[in-house]
Amino acid sequence: MKIAIASGKGGTGKTTLAVNLASYIAEEKRNLNVQEVVLVDMDVEEPNSGLFIKGELKKTEIKYRMVPEWIESKCTFCKKCANVCNFNALAYIGVSVLIFPELCHSCYACSELCPEDALPMKADRMGELRQYIIKNGLHFIESRLDIGIEQAVPLIKQTHEFIDSEFDETAFKIIDSPPGTSCPVIETVKDAELVVLVTEPTPFGLNDLKLAVDTMKELDKKCAVIVNRDGIGNDDVDKYCAENNIPLIGKIPHMHEAAKLYSQGNLLIDDIDEIRDVIKDIYSNIKKLVKG
Amino acid sequence: MKEIVVISGKGGTGKTSITASLAVLGDKDVVLADCDVDAADMHLLLNPDFAHKEKFYSGKIAEIIQDDCIKCGKCKDVCRFDAVPVINEQYVIDELNCEGCEYCAYVCPTNAIVMNDNLAGDFFISETRLNNTLVHAKLAIAADNSGKLVTKVRTEAKKIAEENDIPYLIVDGSPGIGCPVVASVTGSNLVVIVTEPTVSGLHDMSRVAELIRKFGIKSVCLINKADINADITIQIKKFLDKYEIPLIAEIPYDLVFADAILAGKTVVEYSNGEVSQIIRDSWKRILEIVRE
Repeated sequence: MKIAIASGKGGTGKTTLAVNLASYIAEEKRNLNVQEVVLVDMDVEEPNSGLFIKGELKKTEIKYRMVPEWIESKCTFCKKCANVCNFNALAYIGVSVLIFPELCHSCYACSELCPEDALPMKADRMGELRQYIIKNGLHFIESRLDIGIEQAVPLIKQTHEFIDSEFDETAFKIIDSPPGTSCPVIETVKDAELVVLVTEPTPFGLNDLKLAVDTMKELDKKCAVIVNRDGIGNDDVDKYCAENNIPLIGKIPHMHEAAKLYSQGNLLIDDIDEIRDVIKDIYSNIKKLVKG
Repeated sequence: MKEIVVISGKGGTGKTSITASLAVLGDKDVVLADCDVDAADMHLLLNPDFAHKEKFYSGKIAEIIQDDCIKCGKCKDVCRFDAVPVINEQYVIDELNCEGCEYCAYVCPTNAIVMNDNLAGDFFISETRLNNTLVHAKLAIAADNSGKLVTKVRTEAKKIAEENDIPYLIVDGSPGIGCPVVASVTGSNLVVIVTEPTVSGLHDMSRVAELIRKFGIKSVCLINKADINADITIQIKKFLDKYEIPLIAEIPYDLVFADAILAGKTVVEYSNGEVSQIIRDSWKRILEIVRE
């Protein structure tokens, strides 16, 4: 089972929900009859889940993407490569070919259409994937984009491939998604059975929730909503969910104590019973939705 | 004209509320650009009139003309993005996966593949209720190319500021460290980083500050919710010292941010309290620094 935790607006509590829900399921694994629990941080630009759960590092993999390399001695300056590149990642300056790796989408067109094999593809580092085992038995995987690399999608794609090869269908996989509605989010939620959208009860939260719901509809994804910091705003999110038949599966109350625990990098379920109960209900609601 | 970009790395730090407040304080001297294109919220506070609307196309999407297709499968073989599934014995393009590289079209022996313009989103030029100009956008549902849309918003806003001799352009930047944020900050005069003293806030701020340093852009920092964790506030200050980033303000935790959003106002209009005074002082400091 794969569920994604996403949100239109940033800072609504995606990571808070992901780490607390994953830790809760891992701790209660036996009672809940769950085999393995896996938490994956796909917010590769700003991965934060790892700040809340500490464990033993099991594996590190450097992740690469492929970009062309110019072999001057083979080049006949036919300019085919620059003509076929739709991303302006290749340019002719005088008698040399300049490659801009940050613009390259790794489509291979320049490389494979070059009549002289003068542009072989080579591996270029984009980030790192780390796998941890947490004390409560939780498996945690985090991918981290190198600073200066602009495209998150290839790293997200490779992280999905890693999870699919390491864990089978029986594992309960929770994916912490990047914020927003653009390409990294779409890549992240692609094969999720349910997308849980975390929002806050303010006009900003509602506006961005609507954008996220529209995106998930376009992708044909089943979604559910969780309101975080319940109590700071109004009930417009409730009304919106009711009118649009989107299940509202939990409300995490606004508490100063929770904000403080979060700021220190601590789990809320360890110290606030009220929130542990909310997480418990959220888990059973998710189970119902995924089965149904 | 000086361009000031407000970013945060992490969402939910109060970036948009602070940006909109700076716009109120700058009044007629300011043109605004909302570059947080996949979760644009500024319009909720500033009531723009959406006077000018246009579609923004960027990049291409492939389409297979079935009548011309001989089902040789070459397009599928070369595609690195799994964008050519076979459905009902027909080769078709999965628009969500297609990167627009055009490699398939180059290898098609019957020229059965055409490249269409890709709709990236809607783009608006508005007058706000404050009677200044806001350039903003809405990313098309499940669209790619948010970086290109960000560049479009910034370029148009810059043009308006220059043509009308308006001294400042304030940009609400995108989250993360990938292409939309790079598109938001490249070539600007000052980056204002809004952060919060939480483990996530510190982590995300340090990554985004590293990125800004790579670009060699002057930056300043503003800590919101500064009193929720004194230890991390100290760690943020140490980081800022090391990177020689001036700290221009510490705003205490205050629900006035949420209350102002609920009232549809900016913080400085909604209240005359401590937070508003700090934001006013910050605007003065920002102007001093950007004029240096």
